[in-house]
Amino acid sequence: MRLELSARDFKSDQEVRWCPGCGDYAILSAVQGFMPELGVARENIVFISGIGCSSRFPYYMNTYGMHSIHGRAPAIATGLAVSRPDLSVWVVTGDGDALSIGGNHLIHALRRNVNLKILLFNNRIYGLTKGQYSPTSELGKITKSTPMGSLDAPFNPVSLALGAEASFVARTVDSDRKHLTEVLRAAHRHPGTALVEIYQNCNIFNDGAFEVLKDRQQAQESVIRLEHGRPVRFGADGAKGVVRDRATGELKVVEVTPQNEADVLVHDAHAASPTTAFALSRLADPQTLHHTPIGVFRDVERPVYDTTMADQLEAAVEQHGKGDLAAVLAGTDTWSR
Amino acid sequence: MTAAPHPSTHPPAASEASAETSSRTERLSRVVIRFAGDSGDGMQLTGDRFTSETASFGNDLSTLPNFPAEIRAPAGTLGGVSSFQLHFADHDILTPGDAVDVLVAMNPAALKANLADLRPGGELLVNSDEFDSRALTKAGYDASPLDDDSLQGYRLHPVPLTSLTVEALKEFGLSRKEAQRAKNMFALGLLSWMYHRPTEGTEKFLKSKFAKKPEIAAANIAAFKAGWNFGETTEDFAVSYEIAPAADTFPSGTYRNISGNLALSYGLLTAARQADLPLFLGSYPITPASDILHELSKHKNFGVRTFQAEDEIAAAGAALGAAFGGSLAVTSNSGPGMALKSETIGLAVALELPMVIVDIQRGGPSTGLPTKTEQADLLQTMYGRNGEAPVPIVAPRTPADCFDAALEAVRIALTYRTPVYLLSDGYLANGTEPWRIPELHELPDLRVNFADGPNHTLDDGTEVFWPYKRDPLTLARPWAIPGTPGLEHRIGGIEKQDGSGSISYDPANHDFMVRTRQAKVDGVWVPDVEVDDPHGANTLVLGWGSTYGPVTAAVRRLRRAGERIAQAHLRHVSPFPRNLGEVLGRYERVVVPEMNLGQLATLLRARYLVDVHSHTQVSGMPFKAEQLAAVLKEEIHAA
Repeated sequence: MRLELSARDFKSDQEVRWCPGCGDYAILSAVQGFMPELGVARENIVFISGIGCSSRFPYYMNTYGMHSIHGRAPAIATGLAVSRPDLSVWVVTGDGDALSIGGNHLIHALRRNVNLKILLFNNRIYGLTKGQYSPTSELGKITKSTPMGSLDAPFNPVSLALGAEASFVARTVDSDRKHLTEVLRAAHRHPGTALVEIYQNCNIFNDGAFEVLKDRQQAQESVIRLEHGRPVRFGADGAKGVVRDRATGELKVVEVTPQNEADVLVHDAHAASPTTAFALSRLADPQTLHHTPIGVFRDVERPVYDTTMADQLEAAVEQHGKGDLAAVLAGTDTWSR
Repeated sequence: MTAAPHPSTHPPAASEASAETSSRTERLSRVVIRFAGDSGDGMQLTGDRFTSETASFGNDLSTLPNFPAEIRAPAGTLGGVSSFQLHFADHDILTPGDAVDVLVAMNPAALKANLADLRPGGELLVNSDEFDSRALTKAGYDASPLDDDSLQGYRLHPVPLTSLTVEALKEFGLSRKEAQRAKNMFALGLLSWMYHRPTEGTEKFLKSKFAKKPEIAAANIAAFKAGWNFGETTEDFAVSYEIAPAADTFPSGTYRNISGNLALSYGLLTAARQADLPLFLGSYPITPASDILHELSKHKNFGVRTFQAEDEIAAAGAALGAAFGGSLAVTSNSGPGMALKSETIGLAVALELPMVIVDIQRGGPSTGLPTKTEQADLLQTMYGRNGEAPVPIVAPRTPADCFDAALEAVRIALTYRTPVYLLSDGYLANGTEPWRIPELHELPDLRVNFADGPNHTLDDGTEVFWPYKRDPLTLARPWAIPGTPGLEHRIGGIEKQDGSGSISYDPANHDFMVRTRQAKVDGVWVPDVEVDDPHGANTLVLGWGSTYGPVTAAVRRLRRAGERIAQAHLRHVSPFPRNLGEVLGRYERVVVPEMNLGQLATLLRARYLVDVHSHTQVSGMPFKAEQLAAVLKEEIHAA
């Protein structure tokens, strides 16, 4: 293969116009750095976005791209992906774009399992409209549109995706390039829709929203790194672990002791049932983000929509022969003059 | 109806027809029959079958199905009445007919809801079994109209259709309820006898429809034959009628009967073949547009991809995504679905990608009248987007014309890289008429060239691809689809720099781009509007879309009565034909009949400063030719 591409090949000629210090820069850089290893030619990669700060992303990628309308990127990308299964189609969206105005399209893309990789930049705020609360903002958040505090209970995007029958769900953080790249790699490998929630810092309107997960000392107690096949442990020297409560079936965090060490949950991203993945997604406290799992929650194979649609077209040709237009137009009831 | 030139002389209408009584058969030039019953009585099927028989016999015909939005409205009520009207003739006709010559009423509610449309002296066939006190009360009758003299102005045939059907099927071992369900076939058999319809087609149809239940097929065929025999042997039906085939009015060729939605679906399928592009339909179920989704989903062996989206927004979005990828992209819908698609169509205008938006107009606003027709989406399709977002509009005139109009919409979309509205309506969608099946070699070549290399040289000599560098003739931009090496580019809804397509907030550039997008649509080539004016009239009647049939029928009536009137009909509403202003200026008076409150008239007044006389009707039903003729006559004499 002649594909000896570098990160530079994926940089477009457009000047990047995010605010200085925005978390989006780190994500853009990680994506551009990771793209060459896909072995996919640039012309076969398409980035489609909606509206919002994150949705400017396609302009900066030297691939095909579309900056569309608010919330609709999954729908537009679905039309492209099902009609062009040869392409690698990526959706870039944000918490407002994907979960507020575009919530319907997101859940339906996930349940259909279209071959899309959806990168959801979650900064828990509306940035482009200058600082209103978003569907992931914490309850009581003071913003320009909620001077007395937000009354809305937030979505947990991972829980939502799991509930929508997603076959691949992961969470990562903008500042952890290594982890981000690993998750993107897994998403790309996954056939079907992959939802990657990326915690992204908006340093203008919601600065430090994820500091508890980034500050080295705090992170040790806050971040639960999920790795398939490994016991779910975190904290200094893995002192804490996640176990199943025998009474309720729910998951809880405990101090690991020699007595309970064998009970620590072993993460299985390939489990057929999403139940445990969902329980993991509920560990985090939506207000404080304590006990936030990151990594791949779920990665299971099930039929991919674009493939099954293509299969139907082939099956139709096998069963009825290639379409004969004259025969269709004539139908069965004709007369001549 | 055919698109053929109209013969200069016209046979008289049925009421004036000379009835040559030859023993037991009378010869008529045309008949209007309406089958009416409860929603569950199978009236649409009965009408469809009678239509097929009539089409294969060679009459010209036009149909008007009329049914409630409820799938099963309360049985026996006025709200649950479903009807199917068929007009057929030995000459070319244009509408499903105004006054009904023959009314088949399967219950009291059907009688009550339809009697007003039966002409005085018309044939009235009622299922007398259903006229019991309970059914009469449900329909709001105090006493049975069969027992008083309220129906004496008609030729009443009370026939116990239900019990005759049950009796005819007693050997089939069906329950009474099952046997009763075949009463529509009994009625069809009786009418088929009365009008000398061929019967083989219906027998073949029933065998294939009930292929998995041969006993039901046999019972239906038996009921159908029993109805036929009943007509032949019963004295009440001493006379039957012949309507000769309309041999002279059709150009030579092979014909079939076709509805507007089917013709439209075939037009899209054909356009994809002629363009050599895969067809992609994004849609969401909505009456009366769903047939298009159903039909195209049957043709996967043509490579057709149909996508039933989560809503109309996604349906339009998916189509636009497919257009970006190089498909012939279509989205179909109706009524409120149109409103949901506006934002995506605005994006399609900005992206300048080809796409066809099919709107089967129905009664509005909001949910309105889902199963009824209207032309009230014209201004929405013309202007209903934020910003200056011009879109071409093509409006078919008859059910069969939906085929050609679909090809025309695709031609414009592909040539000019623009979304195009295909503006049909409920009347065209469900109405049927004979259609001359085109030979494949007659079809237009719609092939396009995708961009395959750089199209611009920068000052430093670098060869680049500019996604918004236009064709100087059409102003279309290049269509560069993903997968083409070297043409990687980004497009979006934000204003773009002319040529390079980069984001631009420059005021002068925006002004230029807005005007250029408008100029592109204004410059779409459309044929001149033709005027039919054999006598040098002072008054012009101008229609658009589905009013063609009733308007033309009204014009014929007037000319037969010695009136002078000119007629023109618009297929292209955006842009208007180049000669339209000149045509309007030629006449002292211009009358525009529309099934809305004067939307085309508004556009014409604004554009051409002509004092257009607007005649409007928004009843959910098409114009009646006779009423329209009366209105036009007043206009002629007021001119």
